[in-house]
Amino acid sequence: MPADLRAARRQLLLDSAGIAASAVGFALVFGLAARNAGYSLVETSAMSVIGFAGAAQFAAVGYVSQGLPWLPIVVLTFFLNARHLLYSASLAPRLRHVPFLERAAMAHVLTDEAFALAATHFHRLGRVDVPGYWIGAVLGVFIPWNLATIAGYLLGGAVPDPSGLGLDVVFPAAMAGLAVGLMTGRREVAAAGAGAAIGVVLSLLAGPGIGIVAGGLIGPLVGMAIPARVPGEGLAAESPVALRRSTMARSIADTDARVDTPNDPQGDRP
Amino acid sequence: MSNELVLLAVLMAAVTYPSRALPLLAPGIERLPDRALLYLRLVGPAVLASIAASETLVQGDSIEGYRIVIGVEILGVITCLALVVWRKNLFVGLVAGVGLVALLRLAGLG
Repeated sequence: MPADLRAARRQLLLDSAGIAASAVGFALVFGLAARNAGYSLVETSAMSVIGFAGAAQFAAVGYVSQGLPWLPIVVLTFFLNARHLLYSASLAPRLRHVPFLERAAMAHVLTDEAFALAATHFHRLGRVDVPGYWIGAVLGVFIPWNLATIAGYLLGGAVPDPSGLGLDVVFPAAMAGLAVGLMTGRREVAAAGAGAAIGVVLSLLAGPGIGIVAGGLIGPLVGMAIPARVPGEGLAAESPVALRRSTMARSIADTDARVDTPNDPQGDRP
Repeated sequence: MSNELVLLAVLMAAVTYPSRALPLLAPGIERLPDRALLYLRLVGPAVLASIAASETLVQGDSIEGYRIVIGVEILGVITCLALVVWRKNLFVGLVAGVGLVALLRLAGLG
């Protein structure tokens, strides 16, 4: 295994460990909540294995315990998870060479966390690493989520409150930390800043389900409005040729900047 | 014991899976124009930042309304971010951020 791949996977495993801690904390609570709502163990586990729908699973517990019909649960699940369309579209160009059936299986385990881990891992590595996707999505999220669901159901009242341990902070902190790993230029920073601002404002007005998606949809447009530092930068960055072109252009620009401003060793870096 | 909620799980999966799978399985995604590929590349930082900011700052529900809350959570996230930038290590950042929030709550500050 090449040294860069080994180092990137080691980092991915560490990142996944933090994500897994968050998944375990909340899946324990889900298992407990489902048990209290009258779910059987099979039903509880089915929600996590088949549905694997995060916040929608918690919403379903609340609705089922109140005896509400299934249709609102299904509709809510659709809207809560519609943001996965963004993740899937963002990863699709990079995973186009993966066999169809494997991509179909990858889709089932695509979550906020799996996307964040995969996107950061691919970015850090500079290329796609399909086993890396599975490590993040399955080892980091799917397995911990499902095992902790069962444990939460069986442990019942012995489950500790994740927020008392500070585990409720893991998810937003991990998303912020992984976003930092993707910010390698002005466009990425602008997209992230706009995404955060739009997400907060629209979450206040219409709820986080809409705010988060709007931030993810509009933020990139703001990033694209920022001019590239050098011609060709940022375009089709998934292509190795484009990557080399962009890297070369950046090196030339940096050299020019050093020549133009000899007293400023950072040149025009943002 | 009844297992009828397994069907609900299947229905939830049926409405979730298309949004997870359609772009991944759609043919011709590699033939998108450069601008579209750039847009998709910027989705990552935008949506992750959107999630982080909304989850940290916005609380409430659709019945009582949503509001900005500046609590100890933001200190945890900022601590994590600072360590990620400085040490390039998410795990260390998460441990420090979670530890700080747990301590502050233990001290009755959160």
